[in-house]
Amino acid sequence: MDVLSSQAQALLLGNEAIVRGALESDIDVATTYPGTPSSEIADTFSAVARHFTSRQQDPGFYFQYSTNEKVALEFAAAAAVSGLRALTCMKHVGLNVAADAFMTYMYVGCKGGHVIVTADDPSCHSSQNEQDNRYYAKFGHAPLLEPSTAQEARDMTMAAFDLSEELRLPVLLRMTTRTSHVRGPVTLGPMNLTAKKGHFDKDPLMVTVPAVARQLHPVLLEKMERAEALAEDSPFNRVEEMGGGTGIVTSGAAYNYVREVAEELSIPCSILKLGMTHPLPRNLCRDFLRDHRRILVVEELESFLEEQLRALAQKEEMDVEILGKGFGGLRRIYEYDVDIVERALRALSGREEKPPLAPASTALPPRPPVLCPGCPHRATYYALKQVAPPDTIYPTDIGCYTLGKAPPLEMADFLLCMGSNVGTACGFSQTTDQKVVSFMGDSTFFHAGLPGIVNAVHHRHDCVITVLDNRTTAMTGHQPHPGTERDGMGYEAQMLLVEDVVRGLGVEHVEVVNPNNLAKTREAFQRALAYRGTSVVVSKAPCRLLLSTRGSFEVVEEKCTQCSRCIQEFGCPAFYYDGDRIRINETLCSACGVCTQVCPSGAIRRKK
Amino acid sequence: MKLRLQFTGVGGQGVLTGANTLAKAFLSRGENVLMSEVHGMAQRGGSVVCTVCVGRVYSPLIADGAADALVSMEPVEALRSIAKLKPGGVVLTDVNPVIPANVSMGYHQYPPLDAVLEELESRGTLRSIDALALARQAGHAITKNIVMLGGLAATDLLPLSREELLDTVKANVPPAYVEMNEEAFTLGYRAVQAQR
Repeated sequence: MDVLSSQAQALLLGNEAIVRGALESDIDVATTYPGTPSSEIADTFSAVARHFTSRQQDPGFYFQYSTNEKVALEFAAAAAVSGLRALTCMKHVGLNVAADAFMTYMYVGCKGGHVIVTADDPSCHSSQNEQDNRYYAKFGHAPLLEPSTAQEARDMTMAAFDLSEELRLPVLLRMTTRTSHVRGPVTLGPMNLTAKKGHFDKDPLMVTVPAVARQLHPVLLEKMERAEALAEDSPFNRVEEMGGGTGIVTSGAAYNYVREVAEELSIPCSILKLGMTHPLPRNLCRDFLRDHRRILVVEELESFLEEQLRALAQKEEMDVEILGKGFGGLRRIYEYDVDIVERALRALSGREEKPPLAPASTALPPRPPVLCPGCPHRATYYALKQVAPPDTIYPTDIGCYTLGKAPPLEMADFLLCMGSNVGTACGFSQTTDQKVVSFMGDSTFFHAGLPGIVNAVHHRHDCVITVLDNRTTAMTGHQPHPGTERDGMGYEAQMLLVEDVVRGLGVEHVEVVNPNNLAKTREAFQRALAYRGTSVVVSKAPCRLLLSTRGSFEVVEEKCTQCSRCIQEFGCPAFYYDGDRIRINETLCSACGVCTQVCPSGAIRRKK
Repeated sequence: MKLRLQFTGVGGQGVLTGANTLAKAFLSRGENVLMSEVHGMAQRGGSVVCTVCVGRVYSPLIADGAADALVSMEPVEALRSIAKLKPGGVVLTDVNPVIPANVSMGYHQYPPLDAVLEELESRGTLRSIDALALARQAGHAITKNIVMLGGLAATDLLPLSREELLDTVKANVPPAYVEMNEEAFTLGYRAVQAQR
């Protein structure tokens, strides 16, 4: 495993480098709920833990895939206030889930260092929004570090533990998809994997009743003043002189593009590279502003630094032109890249625009992600679509099954966030006369599905709630969850069955069905749709990627009438037209055989 | 020295592993190397892009017109990234189309392979090989990414010897598969060499 390398240097993913930094910092506890682009942080912790536990050795830290981000943060907070070092990682929207705990945890503070990693997703590569979580640092008063490289991901993780202990305050480490998923050389130090237990020393100031909270708020603000003094001296905030001229302020992934373009085009500038971006080191920034007549701020997403620099310049009555969003094509949406930054730096230095390079003139078919061949979700959707009334509303959720939005299935109508399928199903069922069938995965069910189901049952909302139980957290890379038999340490865990849980919640009509049997699945949905009140269908079949595939199916040419139901209605990507014949791509086919139930002519058979 | 390569293909084809092996070969020579990878949703049968940037570079993403080579596991995916290629750069691609589901359903068309290869040729030095057939000949379709690396080693583009890259390939596969991967590498190397 590269992350455990004993060499002086290893090629690590940004996310792996965070883990290495934690292992070199004598981490005690790591928790998460998986989500792209953060998932490899937790998966690497889990792989390291299992590497040791499978050899009956103590890894020296405890790792947990928690039920959701809020639980993950609370768990680690308990460890950190007991004097242990903790790390909690999640994707940007995960911090929304954990925000209730986060905002007050900052008041209470910690004893052992606690690093909270938020992995933002500019351009929404794998997300439902592209919120800029640097504002959580401002909102909750958390010191904020923003790595630009894999090396900085390791170094800043280590520094964040020290910073957190010095201030007795959790520290935010903000990654983005690009810094999480960049792989680069990382200089390594020795790991320190000593196992230890914490001790909780009682303190009335850790019970945040109103009187305590009022006492803690000014303490928090005072801690942030100290944090600012530390930011002034942080080695992660530095000026890179590249021939003077205009000043450029930048952070995170954007720094890499600025530096590359400035070098390639020999643009004279000085770069204020900020790694600790909250609290802003105002003296350092003021000096930088003073040294320049013109400043360009290059940062992805919101004008987080730009607004603070403008406020600073106004307060200090400085005569400096500050440029940022809106200049040279810099926008507050989507991820930046070399071309976007090059355009801005050319505009800044008065150079002509780079002539655009023509994309392909041949029309190319788009290739979006799709449900895999053999995916049990496709079977569930196909069966349900045959029996549900045409105007049925399908609230959906976060997971692979969201891909059911695409034609020909088109089984996704509304989506906000983790767990929103049930809350919105309740609302649609009460406020419209349409049938409502909602979808969520098994991991989502445990993460955020339960309160919505309780709401549905209590108010007798007439809706069908489908749990697509594929026995794993598939989309983020097959992590365990409370319904699986092992945990992230590799230990045996108590497996909660979705059907038992919903019966316990008071759902009276519960169907458990294997979606790969289309006839039985249709019948189960027919009964659920006929039932007045809240019903749950647990559509249970393991993710096809977890099963080994033997052989494939084929189309028998003589029997095929080319009704194309397999392609036009079922939509399995293993089917294709070869001229006017329908065939199955045997390297894609996963041999699930569900298509044999779709074909009305019996033209599909297992290939011998 | 600066070298930038963009690897492309379809999720599940081993694009990342191939690029990663090349990056490791550069790292073991003490070069600075950066990769940008794709993880998560895009891997479910979608377009996958991965970069390998070597030398005095800061950005793991490649600017338009800055890639020395495109290495593609699928012909249309090579063309999708063509704006990244330096004029006259190298395009190494497998010739086996993977038809997107939206084409089978009639929403889009997959262009004729000849047209794809013709446009690739007009933009750079094209090396197109039947890497899938060579991978199967080596023992398994999964070795297609190693066939491509062998092909890349035959282009003169890399400041690495064929042996250096092959050694890295062998060091990064399980012992039982070393022979199969060596064969895949060699077949790819020969196929591209034959086109020079």
